[in-house]
Amino acid sequence: MPINVLIPTPLRPFVGKRNSVELTAPTVGEALRTLTEQFSDLRKHLYTDDGRIRSFVNVYVNDEDIRYLEKESTPLKDGDTISIVPSIAGGR
Amino acid sequence: MQTLLLAEIHARGIRAHGAETYPHECCGALLGSDDGGSREVRGLHKLVNRRADSPHNRFAVTADDVREAERAAQAAGLEVVGWYHSHPDHPALPSEFDREQAWPWYSYVIVSVINGEAQIMASWRLADDRMRFEPEKIAAAAAS
Repeated sequence: MPINVLIPTPLRPFVGKRNSVELTAPTVGEALRTLTEQFSDLRKHLYTDDGRIRSFVNVYVNDEDIRYLEKESTPLKDGDTISIVPSIAGGR
Repeated sequence: MQTLLLAEIHARGIRAHGAETYPHECCGALLGSDDGGSREVRGLHKLVNRRADSPHNRFAVTADDVREAERAAQAAGLEVVGWYHSHPDHPALPSEFDREQAWPWYSYVIVSVINGEAQIMASWRLADDRMRFEPEKIAAAAAS
């Protein structure tokens, strides 16, 4: 059973309007890299120019924030769900 | 240019929130619908500005707040189509910080609040290349 990546609304135009993508990967980092290799227009919205996940991109594995797990090294198993959840910021 | 349909009742709600929180920035979610050709705001979901360290020039909506807004939208049969915030004593123009932090697709409504009074309100969408915001026309919609 592959990994299911839930795509937030603002990123769906870049994945053919899908709300989820199935893929296979051993870790969260590999899953996101596979996702952006398959849908290259996603990359700039998920990663900074120096290759780090943008601060306003929150990634969960089965509802656990990867910041409190092993970050991008968080291992995945078949059937896991990755959720990408925005946080919003700005100001003058 | 894209268009955001916004009924006067919701425009008043955004202005009122900006005036209420002045001199701090307010923030909230725009709940509505987007059928690929037309985007309409049908409700607001006021949020707490989580930047307690610098609320006069920064706002933040946490992932949990986003999820709360999405649940509220879903309960109303709507979706989150964007976000609003205020610029105290500053124009309704997106800043470089706004651009750096923005997501594509969403409408970003900014209201300028000068000396406690809400003034001009403008809407923006991030360009797909992230290099700039593109203005979005706000058009009056019938109250819903």
